[in-house]
Amino acid sequence: MTDLLRPRVLGRSPRRVDGPAKVTGTARYAGDQHVVDPAHLHLVQAEVARGVLTEVEVGAARALDGVLAVLTPDNAPRLASARDAELAALQSHDVAFRGQVVAAVVARTREIAREAAALVRVRIDPRPHDVHLSADRDDLYAPEKVNGGADTDTSRGDLGTGLAHSPFTLDQTYTTAWYNNNPMEPHTTTALWLDGDLVLYDSTQGVHTTRQATAKVLGLDPRRVHVISPHVGGGFGAKGTAHVHAIVAAMAARAVPGTPVKLALTRQQMFSLVGYRTPTVQRVRMGCDADGRLAAVALDAVSQTSRVKEFAEQTARPTRMMYAAPNRRTTHRLAALDVPVPSWMRAPGECPGMFGPEVAVDELAAACGVDPVEFRVRNEPDVDPETGKPFSSRNLVACLREGARRFGWEHRDPTPRAREEAGWLVGTGVAASTYPVSRTPGSVAAIRCTGPGRYLVRIGAADLGTGTWTSLAQVAADALGVDFGDVELRIGDTALPEASVAGGSSGITSWGSTVVAAAEALRERFGDDPAAGDEVRAGMPDNPAAGRYAMHAFGAQFAEVRVHVDTGEVRVARLLGVFAVGRVVNPRLARSQLVGGMTMGLSMALHEHSVVDERFGHVVNHDFAEYHIATNADVPRVEAHWVEEHDPHTNPMGTKGVGEIGIVGTAAAIANAAHHATGVRVRDLPITLDHFL
Amino acid sequence: MPFDYRRAPDPESAVAAATGWSGVAFLAGGTNLVDHLKLGLVAPDVLVDISRLPLDAVDELPDGGLRVGATVRNTDLAAHPVVRRDYPVLARAVLSGASGQIRNLATTGGNLLQRTRCVYFQDITTPCNKREPGTGCSAIGGYTRHHAILGASAHCVATHPSDMAVAMAALDAQVAVLGEGGRRVVPLVELHRLPGDEPHRDTVLSPADLITWVDLPPLPPGTRSLYRKVRDRASFAFALVSVAAVLRVERGVVRDVRIALGGVAHKPWRARRAEDVLRGERTGEEVFRRAIDAELAGAAPLAGNGFKVPLTRNLVVSALRELSRGER
Ligand SMILES: Cc1cc2nc3c(=O)[nH]c(=O)nc-3n(C[C@H](O)[C@H](O)[C@H](O)COP(=O)(O)OP(=O)(O)OC[C@H]3O[C@@H](n4cnc5c(N)ncnc54)[C@H](O)[C@@H]3O)c2cc1C
Ligand code: SF4
Repeated sequence: MTDLLRPRVLGRSPRRVDGPAKVTGTARYAGDQHVVDPAHLHLVQAEVARGVLTEVEVGAARALDGVLAVLTPDNAPRLASARDAELAALQSHDVAFRGQVVAAVVARTREIAREAAALVRVRIDPRPHDVHLSADRDDLYAPEKVNGGADTDTSRGDLGTGLAHSPFTLDQTYTTAWYNNNPMEPHTTTALWLDGDLVLYDSTQGVHTTRQATAKVLGLDPRRVHVISPHVGGGFGAKGTAHVHAIVAAMAARAVPGTPVKLALTRQQMFSLVGYRTPTVQRVRMGCDADGRLAAVALDAVSQTSRVKEFAEQTARPTRMMYAAPNRRTTHRLAALDVPVPSWMRAPGECPGMFGPEVAVDELAAACGVDPVEFRVRNEPDVDPETGKPFSSRNLVACLREGARRFGWEHRDPTPRAREEAGWLVGTGVAASTYPVSRTPGSVAAIRCTGPGRYLVRIGAADLGTGTWTSLAQVAADALGVDFGDVELRIGDTALPEASVAGGSSGITSWGSTVVAAAEALRERFGDDPAAGDEVRAGMPDNPAAGRYAMHAFGAQFAEVRVHVDTGEVRVARLLGVFAVGRVVNPRLARSQLVGGMTMGLSMALHEHSVVDERFGHVVNHDFAEYHIATNADVPRVEAHWVEEHDPHTNPMGTKGVGEIGIVGTAAAIANAAHHATGVRVRDLPITLDHFL
Repeated sequence: MPFDYRRAPDPESAVAAATGWSGVAFLAGGTNLVDHLKLGLVAPDVLVDISRLPLDAVDELPDGGLRVGATVRNTDLAAHPVVRRDYPVLARAVLSGASGQIRNLATTGGNLLQRTRCVYFQDITTPCNKREPGTGCSAIGGYTRHHAILGASAHCVATHPSDMAVAMAALDAQVAVLGEGGRRVVPLVELHRLPGDEPHRDTVLSPADLITWVDLPPLPPGTRSLYRKVRDRASFAFALVSVAAVLRVERGVVRDVRIALGGVAHKPWRARRAEDVLRGERTGEEVFRRAIDAELAGAAPLAGNGFKVPLTRNLVVSALRELSRGER
């Protein structure tokens, strides 16, 4: 157990440090960096989903005035490592998915590059492709581990017996759609070589992770790769791992010595090159007694990966720790398809994985006549049901109760299709949220005293728009015992000490623990009054509690949904979430993360859907007019609250991470409310109007 | 592709500048055309910029109707006091389209002549008869949520995406065209074509034909109108189905009815059969249903858009119900 930092600046809402620069347009994103006389890069993509490249004809492109270089698999330099097939740009003539980069054009202007790219003639000998995901495939396989290093399958007790002895059982299949990460800022890289060193201005969630990945592929000493990323226009996981465009940008810059090269992906390109959330098929089985006490819980999850690189979404992970039940099992199976490589999208695993089971709980609660809030309360485990470890803190029940109170759940008539107002059927629903507390090792922070009571804090952390510039400075201020204004924070550059990736809601836990350790080291070494110039470095300390406790954040989300009697149009009139996320560093920023997550969850529930045309193998609605994301008009009222939670085990700040939990459970709450409104149970996302006609 | 750019001072010189070119396009607000240039859907040799032509006024006509210039911005049209007072169906339709930013640029002529949003049409990596005649129709057997249920052909099942045009179809608008051969008037309902075996031809116009204005005939006193649009999100989405309805009821009997549907066909679809059933009948749920069923008897939904049939039925019935409410 750690002594938690005494909060002085923590828990307040200083304004965003980066706010003025952003609203005045002076914040430099990756594409805005001033470099001398840059050239521009445009990518050429495969137009078949599987095949062998037989010829890339570049004559017409080269002939265009202003074209500086055309890279193809025939002339591209060999990379030091092609082991990561996603990053092995232009190394092979095999086409593994539609949209794969098959050539790249460098030109004087963006327009010329784009025009020349259209003139590159690519001939591919097509092979039959297969992009069909189904739980009935006979070639599904069990990955070794799933994302995050979790076990592929788990089981406790005996599922069959548990189900057989349950008076109420459920066996249903739920599906979530293919979703694409669509941060406002497209993936952008400005690359230049300086005396054999590579400089990348990149929109990334981790400057050091990008350095590691690119150095390895390009065969460079990581110290010779400099990644700079002060501001990122959203990532949602899509900028959490390096993607192929950064490699191509580096190769292109090398092809035009002395000239920096800029690359910004088009929105359409983002649908095949930067990862996405795999669709999932979730078979849920549950059994309970007449009081709603679960005897059996199982989730068998099927998702897809690309044939050339494995990504195994940990869809069933939350089922392992949500509810008590003696008999349980979870499995993950993958279909390896001719598709782009899936990856992280806000709350991978938890987000899709809390759709099926949380709708199933609603169905089962209705079947045994127990209120769905009460049903969840009754199945609250004392310890982590699979590992037997105690929870460092678990306040799901408090969230459910507080949410029910604020939402006005008490007088709810559980009968479906019982309320109509001016042509709209009205219903309410609830679902639970959860997200693990993760810490990623490897961060180092440096603190230097710059004058009496003033400090410079340096760590290569990232701010994706989440507010790190502000929140990490708050942690530092309390760790150093000074005012917010006395801390100058530097992040977003590999020139700073190493930092872990902004992913898995682990940023504040990892970087914050590191900064606190550095502040302690400073005090130990120089006392309470260090002199200007005194400086220390410290790495992230181990958390001895990590192995002893199950650490998770929780939440409860309530939705009011309206479905039009004549047209089936679905509107979410109200969303209310209550979360238990440990200590809240900055209420303003935390609320924006939670409300943003819930809004994205609403968008997932009703709107987002990457439509794959299996004949071609690509997402055909690949722009913002056709790939719908919720608009302001779709989110009239979204409220996020939190309960006080004191968790002495997670880290010295007592935080749990707020970036992802908001999107977990939202879609289930909305689906459950839509069922309450209409009596129609939608088990496949998105919940569109045709389900209700 | 490099192209020539000319700015026309008046309609006549715009037409003259466009005449004789095979690849010519008038550039108005550019909200559709510029996207298409970037996506490589079209590669004109010359762009004739008509955005500054003196066709940006809405004028009241002596007969009580309204003349809407071709370069009037969608925003200005929807905000025009006479439009709001006398043609609410049109104001509603325009406001339900696109976004505020786009409507600030979009023009009357451009809105009428915007092209389909069929995802395959907009993706040069997939075959499309409309974009490249003879290559095939990718939508058939593909993603058809936004496609036609009426009047389609084996060559193309696309829909026309405009909301404004649907309202104008219900208003019996007349489109004034200036072409090589001089001026002519085309009824709006005849401006757009059905795809047949020439889906690359959206309309009856030739490349150098310039729309100069659209005339809206007056509506007799006592006429009510409305526009209802159903879409996949609350704003900034094209219609799955929309209806523009104009109704005049006297002593409980339908005297005048005009129904146009959006999102169901290659053109704004006048529901003539439904109108025929309704005219002279007493208003009521049963006749409303009978009317739209008569229209939808010819519907041929695709694998992915069967829901549009009940959706259209429910939408039209509820629109008529609302328009006839309180009428005796
Ligand atoms: C994201 C998005 C969402 C949208 N949503 C909707 C929606 O919900 N509903 C809706 O109705 N629309 C919607 N739109 C489309 C929008 O209304 C059209 O793009 C706009 O009306 C086109 O007008 P413009 O003046 O910009 O046309 P331009 O792009 O300039 O021209 C379009 C076409 O018309 C031709 N043209 C223009 N004026 C004339 C003329 N006077 N004579 C002859 N030819 C002419 C051009 O040559 C070109 O072929 C949306 C557009 C976008 C980008
Ligand atoms: S429906 Fe028409 S526009 Fe769409 S692919 Fe077919 S031919 Fe092209």
